[in-house]
Amino acid sequence: MNDQIAEFAGPAIDWFSVSPLVVLLAGALLLLLVGSLTPAWRRGWYGLASAVTAGVAIVLSVVLWRDIATSGPKLLVGGALALDKFTLLATIAICAATLLVSLVTSDYLAGENSDSPEIYALYLTAAIGGIVMVAANDLVVLFLGLETLSLSLYLLAASNRKRAESQEAGLKYFILGGFASAFFLYGVALTYGTTGSTRLIDINGALNSYITVPRNDTLLLVGIGLMIVGFGFKVSLVPFQAWTPDVYQGSPTPVTAFMASAGKVAALVALVRVFVTAFPSRADDWGPAVLVLSALTLVVGSVVAVVQTDVKRMLAYSSISHAGFILVGLEASSHRSSADVGDGLVAIGVYVVLYAALVVGTFSIVTVVARNTSDGATSLDAFKGIGKNNPVLALAMTVLLLAQAGVPLTSGFVAKFGVIQAAVSVGSYKLAVIAMVCAVIAAFVYLRIMVSMWLSDSTISEPVKVPLFSAVAITVAVVVTLAVGILPSLLLNLTSGLSQLAIK
Amino acid sequence: MIGLSLVPTASWYLILAAVLFGIGTFGVLVRRNPLVMFMCIELMLNAVNLSFVTLARQLNDINGQTIVFFVMVVAAAEVVVGLGIIVAIMRNRSSVTADDLAELKG
Repeated sequence: MNDQIAEFAGPAIDWFSVSPLVVLLAGALLLLLVGSLTPAWRRGWYGLASAVTAGVAIVLSVVLWRDIATSGPKLLVGGALALDKFTLLATIAICAATLLVSLVTSDYLAGENSDSPEIYALYLTAAIGGIVMVAANDLVVLFLGLETLSLSLYLLAASNRKRAESQEAGLKYFILGGFASAFFLYGVALTYGTTGSTRLIDINGALNSYITVPRNDTLLLVGIGLMIVGFGFKVSLVPFQAWTPDVYQGSPTPVTAFMASAGKVAALVALVRVFVTAFPSRADDWGPAVLVLSALTLVVGSVVAVVQTDVKRMLAYSSISHAGFILVGLEASSHRSSADVGDGLVAIGVYVVLYAALVVGTFSIVTVVARNTSDGATSLDAFKGIGKNNPVLALAMTVLLLAQAGVPLTSGFVAKFGVIQAAVSVGSYKLAVIAMVCAVIAAFVYLRIMVSMWLSDSTISEPVKVPLFSAVAITVAVVVTLAVGILPSLLLNLTSGLSQLAIK
Repeated sequence: MIGLSLVPTASWYLILAAVLFGIGTFGVLVRRNPLVMFMCIELMLNAVNLSFVTLARQLNDINGQTIVFFVMVVAAAEVVVGLGIIVAIMRNRSSVTADDLAELKG
């Protein structure tokens, strides 16, 4: 035993490959340290510092992407993290969301008359957790990433100390998030007990040698089930979605944008990686479960959204139905052998990137509009007459909502087309039909907001002002939405080799 | 004698862990005080720890025992964040039960 300890050497770390994480961590620590030692910075500088950090992480990820394109995917830090295009695409989406949300938060805090570095530091630590999750090749590393992300999000949700709703949202999110983490961890424990490892690839190896080494499959299936429940809470799949509307409504709106984009992208991509890498040999068992969850999530997310009166709650249900669409892609991958995970994975990668841009843009506009109401409320009434009041803003919102509905010539169409095509190509017609019907039902919700904006008379007299940083964020989101919608090849050309996950 | 061995085997501990996890789950679902719900979540995490240790012993593998330390650190971090949020709410209201937190619904 003592000899083992004496011989212990840590794994070799390829620092350049983990540089996005290092940059984000350095940014978070600098913001906290320098922010607390210096007198208050000029308004907007904290947000700018956070945005620049996220921007540097994006640039590094793009450099890594080019690296991977020539040298192929690989594992890092002794096999704990995977570096492949799927990881990097999600990393870029998370960092881009962090960048845009930091800008919007800066304006939001100016409206609330408070500015502090903590919120931005929490965004950056949440982004670190998210990136660790999407890169994790080990269930325990995944759990640590999940908790880093979640703990930051609980605090962000409760970060507006003046509003009771914000604290209520934080507590609800905390209790249900902790509950979900415990389920996920129990699933990890049972999987570990059956396969003797927490490495995704070793789990797959152990399960493939099943015939020669018989093990107890009941424990494994219970473990997989518990992990689905844990993930289900995190990505708010029906029937684990109850917290989502409350938390989305109560949190400060930029935080909601961050949860719905970065938080959801991280959890969904991690979910997909776990099932595609570790359990392809049990696809016959989890495939039907994913099918049922996906169908339920699509139906409930679309139908319940219709009866909401608060825009943030509507968008919360719409984000639930988006998660259902992404599961359609996962269900499609469950029909493939492990060697060829195929279209489903590519469709999911494309979907999460486009969805992140869309949702950040939409919630940014909600933030801007809510600034003008007396109590920061986000009921549908607040959007009445925006079309006459500020036509450019209303037009941007219309584009983003049409994209969420999946109308052609917007990025939403490319995203939804991808997952449905993947489902059809493996013969999951039932799920494809449900997804298409739900897309139509969900379109009604977006139409309601548009009708309010364009066809009602305004309740506010002064024009809605869009602060500079928010204007930049909204413009970026709208440009991405239209550019990918009109020229899908811009994004789709990048996806070659996306389904090649790192395995050694 | 009657086929009942009273020497604890690994499965005893796994069953105990499952029972503890069940108690924790039940507690979160039925109790209304956030502090108690929070304690139940800690109970669930520690039930998982017990499973990890037992399984590591069963597999004769050190990794499972190492994982426990990670989980304990995470649980400690959760305590800090959770109590912070609960204290922030307590400052604004005299008491906290889950039923009081009903401003958000629809």
